[in-house]
Amino acid sequence: MTAMLKLPRLTRQQDVLPVLPACWAVLRRDLLSSIRRRQELFNPLIFFVMVVALFPLGVSPEVAFLREAGAGILWVAALLSTLLSLDHLFRHDYEEGVLEQLLLQPQPLYLLVLTKVIAHWLVTGVPLIIMAPLLGVMVHLDGNSIKYLCLTLLLGTPVLSFIGAIGAALTLGLKSAGILLSLLIIPLYIPVLIFGTGTVMAANEGLAIGSYLALLGALLVLALTCAPFAAAAALRISVSNS
Amino acid sequence: MWQFFHKLGSPKWFYGIAARLMPWLLGFGVILLGGGLVWGLAFAPQDYLQGNSYRIIFIHVPSAFLAQSVYVMMAAAGVITLVWRMKLADVFVKAVAPVGAVLTFLALFTGAVWGKPTWGTWWIWDARLTSMLILLFLYFGVIALGNAIADEKSAARAVAVLTLVGVVNIPIIKYSVEWWNTLHQPATFKLTEKPSMPMEMWVPLLLSVLGLYLLFGWLALLRMQTEILHRERRARWVQERVSA
Repeated sequence: MTAMLKLPRLTRQQDVLPVLPACWAVLRRDLLSSIRRRQELFNPLIFFVMVVALFPLGVSPEVAFLREAGAGILWVAALLSTLLSLDHLFRHDYEEGVLEQLLLQPQPLYLLVLTKVIAHWLVTGVPLIIMAPLLGVMVHLDGNSIKYLCLTLLLGTPVLSFIGAIGAALTLGLKSAGILLSLLIIPLYIPVLIFGTGTVMAANEGLAIGSYLALLGALLVLALTCAPFAAAAALRISVSNS
Repeated sequence: MWQFFHKLGSPKWFYGIAARLMPWLLGFGVILLGGGLVWGLAFAPQDYLQGNSYRIIFIHVPSAFLAQSVYVMMAAAGVITLVWRMKLADVFVKAVAPVGAVLTFLALFTGAVWGKPTWGTWWIWDARLTSMLILLFLYFGVIALGNAIADEKSAARAVAVLTLVGVVNIPIIKYSVEWWNTLHQPATFKLTEKPSMPMEMWVPLLLSVLGLYLLFGWLALLRMQTEILHRERRARWVQERVSA
């Protein structure tokens, strides 16, 4: 009787899917490939600095105006430069066929997408945060504002990467992906922008900022938990499309 | 019940049922909306504070109401597309997205016209107004994405994902007047509570809202019929209908 029910026994390795090593491999690969594509790494950063520089030149170089609008300018510039970098979040993998391999992995796609977005944030979001104090000084923000600006960017830029990943996945493989991506994603970015700049302005006027930071944190948690699902679903659609 | 659900998968059956429903929707819609507007614009009493300028409410509130409902309906259809892969759900989304965009624009425009005499400004960056503007952008995004993807099935599923992501904005619009202390007045119109305005204003408003819903239903069915004819253009029943 028992001989008839001879099923292949699961070995220890097949028993537990090696999730963490897979995520680590994805992270390592993504970071390595972005370091080797140095130009793509620096382009959004240069764009960030140039957009900020446009405002004193285009609107007004007066200290009072810049101090008032500085946080908003930096936030808008950060948002635009994130948008610029999103297009190649999945594109290289898609063109090289790596993405299809990723979809076929036994590990949950949710975690792999999560890892890819974190890698994206590490190479685009973190440099923005590091650059922000320097630009903050250039637009005459005081020390306190710069501190809160960096804090909000720290909470907000991952949200930008996560929401953007959904748009990048949806527009993968389309001809005019860049402009369509902006059209889809900017509306979803607006809340982050509002609370991000709201925090700095409230701190400037000496108001309580706890609620703003809590809302930004809530957005971060929501994006962290939900956005990879949507992005993973969108990736499956885009890849099956091609 | 289940038979009905399964029949919904057949475009031909739906085309027929839509054709039978449409005259009723159109007729009652015109009567209700027309009645509500005539009553509201000509016979309802003046507002003690805003005089006659408040009368735009009979267009503003129904369009704003419907602009949000249409998005929620699209998101519901998105779930149906993703889970049951039902073609008609996608036909619905494709047919009503431009209608929703027009309604959102109408709500913003009538709001601006109303804002000028009451607030003294055409536009203000108030939470309700801003979130409605975002809704307009979301509609544009849905339409653009649907047009950009050539393959019908992929387009349907991609649009479904996008509508589901964007539906987060709806509660923000709904509660923006309560969460933020902004210029826009709180909701004037709730079905669940006793109305805060006199009956002579509330009843025509209710009639206009219901009338616009019915007219929307008529327009949605009409546009869905057109889309079905286009998609099923190779089917024999369509060719027979067109040549007849």
